[in-house]
Amino acid sequence: MQPLQGLHILDFFWVAIGPMSTSYLAEYGATIVRIESQGRPEVLRHAPPFGGGVSGLNRSAYYANYNANKYGFGLNMAHPKAVDIVKRFVPWADVVTENFTPGTMEKWGLAYEDLRPLKPDLIMMSASMLGRGGPYSRQPGFGPVLSSLSGMTGLTGWPDRPPTNPYGAYTDFVVPKFALPALLAALDYRRRTGTGQHLDISQLEAALHFMAPPILECANNDRESQRAANRHPAVAPHAAYPCQGEDRWCTIACMTDTDWQALCQVMGHPSWTQDDRFATMHGRKTHEPVLDELVGAWTADWDAYELMHTLQDAGVPAGVVYTNKEIIEDTQLAHRGHFVYMEHPDVGRHPVQRSEFRLSQAPAEHRWPAPNLGQHTVQVCQEILGMHDDEIQALIEDEVLEVDTRAAGGK
Amino acid sequence: MEPSQDASMLSPYRVLDMTHEWCLMSSKILADLGADVLQIEPPGGHPARRLGPFYHDEVHPERSLFWWSYTVNKRSISLDITTSDGQHLLKRLVSSAHFLIESGAPGELAALGLGYADLAAVNPELIVVSITPFGQDGPYAHYKAPDLVGMGLSGFMYVTGDADRAPLRVGFPHFYLHGAGAGAAGAMIAHMHRTLTGTGQHVDVSCQEAVARALANAPQSYALEASIIKRQGAYRQTGGGTFMRITWPCKDGYVNFQFSGGAGAGRSVNAFVRWMAEDGMGDGYLESLDFATLGYGAITQDMLERVVPPIERFIASKTKAELFEGATSRRILLFPVSSPQDILENPQLQARQYYQDLTHPELDTPVTFLGPFVQASATPLRMRRFPPKLGEHNLDIYRDELGLAVEEIARLRQTGVI
Repeated sequence: MQPLQGLHILDFFWVAIGPMSTSYLAEYGATIVRIESQGRPEVLRHAPPFGGGVSGLNRSAYYANYNANKYGFGLNMAHPKAVDIVKRFVPWADVVTENFTPGTMEKWGLAYEDLRPLKPDLIMMSASMLGRGGPYSRQPGFGPVLSSLSGMTGLTGWPDRPPTNPYGAYTDFVVPKFALPALLAALDYRRRTGTGQHLDISQLEAALHFMAPPILECANNDRESQRAANRHPAVAPHAAYPCQGEDRWCTIACMTDTDWQALCQVMGHPSWTQDDRFATMHGRKTHEPVLDELVGAWTADWDAYELMHTLQDAGVPAGVVYTNKEIIEDTQLAHRGHFVYMEHPDVGRHPVQRSEFRLSQAPAEHRWPAPNLGQHTVQVCQEILGMHDDEIQALIEDEVLEVDTRAAGGK
Repeated sequence: MEPSQDASMLSPYRVLDMTHEWCLMSSKILADLGADVLQIEPPGGHPARRLGPFYHDEVHPERSLFWWSYTVNKRSISLDITTSDGQHLLKRLVSSAHFLIESGAPGELAALGLGYADLAAVNPELIVVSITPFGQDGPYAHYKAPDLVGMGLSGFMYVTGDADRAPLRVGFPHFYLHGAGAGAAGAMIAHMHRTLTGTGQHVDVSCQEAVARALANAPQSYALEASIIKRQGAYRQTGGGTFMRITWPCKDGYVNFQFSGGAGAGRSVNAFVRWMAEDGMGDGYLESLDFATLGYGAITQDMLERVVPPIERFIASKTKAELFEGATSRRILLFPVSSPQDILENPQLQARQYYQDLTHPELDTPVTFLGPFVQASATPLRMRRFPPKLGEHNLDIYRDELGLAVEEIARLRQTGVI
């Protein structure tokens, strides 16, 4: 019996943050119906890499990473009859999810206040970039921008250069850590009390919890942290050191005197390590530039993996700086089964990243790959909405419902 | 049924938190959702209390802003679980707890007779969440991973930073925060299972996996195209040979402006190009392109070299505030690279009354905290308690709940158990 068996989600989530959140639910047994329109396919369907290197709405492995185990329902939201179809789902839905700009669901007449009469204990989760209300509520956004509004970008980078954004739409992968517990807590509250509610997330307000100490420092001490590349405020050596080959690195972080002594042992106690300057943590921190040069001169002769294994075996915290290739090939991630390889006719064989936790009594399941646009429209109409075939056909001909686009050459 | 003023989503549930400093956020999420979280501290105080910054620079275990960031809404008891008395007390607490969250090295708790099997024997309904760098087993399970090491082994560093220098970590340590958040999520999925089965289970969280899930499409780019994604500084690779630019210097700092194709970003770039023209800094080539129909990953290195200079000149001529104001009225995807002060003053956060001030009898001024991570219409998240003092709730728990006599509590105190 899966943990979320019987949980019904009507899912308007798009891009990464939303679909990633519902992907956890799908792995553990929830039934998720994604509403998508051919007229405005969601951004990730246009994002590489594509199966066979050919772009197409059903060919994105980026999209496929977040949308396995979900049903694809094609609905032309621009059609006047579309909203009625959505409302027919509501009595079935435990949860309705959306992360459109605030005002979008309201414009369609699908706000929480509109849906609640159809299902009084409905839970709705909205996850806009900046939340409802406020002067910038309707500002369109995208992932990397929230890294900057939340202060993550400002603190990342070299002190003598402009700041650099953490890779990608980074906060898209931070916010689900808050959205998921909130949604499941609301479901539990409803189970106990019969009361649903609207969960309204501002992605910025959630992401800021990953930056709480520096923000509290500014708010309470009127002091702003500065970017420091890879340095630690109190500890040295603490850096990414160059290894053999091009652009090969190994991090070393001697968090204690013991770690430092173990590093010296592995290095064979070269005379420079006896220098008074490096005898204490404070000394190593004070003379960090020289220390980094000396350690880096030593690591440069090492293969990054051998260095990591040798140092870790001696109790020194160290690790290869993995490329994306090395992530795919990593033996620890393979041991965890992190990448679940799935087959899709247009994406081809592709890795889906599973949930990062293992439940001892409830395995995650990957039952089918990400749906094509409109792949399950007819099936969902029959099985969930209880529509007869002639009604379904009429709605397809009327271009309200949309069915699988694969027949059109995978475009 | 209308909930009372004090209704909260997780109020019936007790959480025992034994995590280290970087995983405190896991139970904080549950505490904010209403759970009764007991932070179990060594009798000398949780190591997090030694981490700065400190309130008004008072370097003191009851003034750590780091501790305060992640322990609002929690209670504190002191307990030395390395002692047999301590283990006995923990098991008594376990018998009435719903969740236990820990972040010891694999096998560390089992060596104390407090592994999952030991605790499940006491309370089969207990959910134990274990958060480790790599998981409970596997070739790296015993590796030490401070944040820098973990972020490197998660693939995140290689793709962050400038091309001509070393790879960079995110400037505030996030490796364990990702695992902590995942721990809260995994705990709640296990809880949903418990409502069906009546039993608990072990939730084994890997921080490396959590951060590997923050790599966007980089793993897939290798798997499908054998592309190695490289760090680009102000740019970002969107596929094997295509790029977008994100960071731009302006008059008084930096802004992010997503310069790429794709539906949303493309319309924004078109609007930006029109703004340049209105301001007399237009560029013919830019105006000839329709970025909305160019795909998300369609801009090549050559195109970038041609179009970046005129955009750079325009942005450099304006301040963060001017650029943001112009962007909001034109629906352009442009935002300032905020400093902590910018974040405090952010008009959107101010309008939503995000920041929360809590007063404390011993402090001269209220302390400013972050606000709720979700607005819940029926059960609003509230700040119910100031972060706890060390062992603040020892009597509430040991005397009033477990029924220990005062003499027993004194003995435990004397022998360093609590």
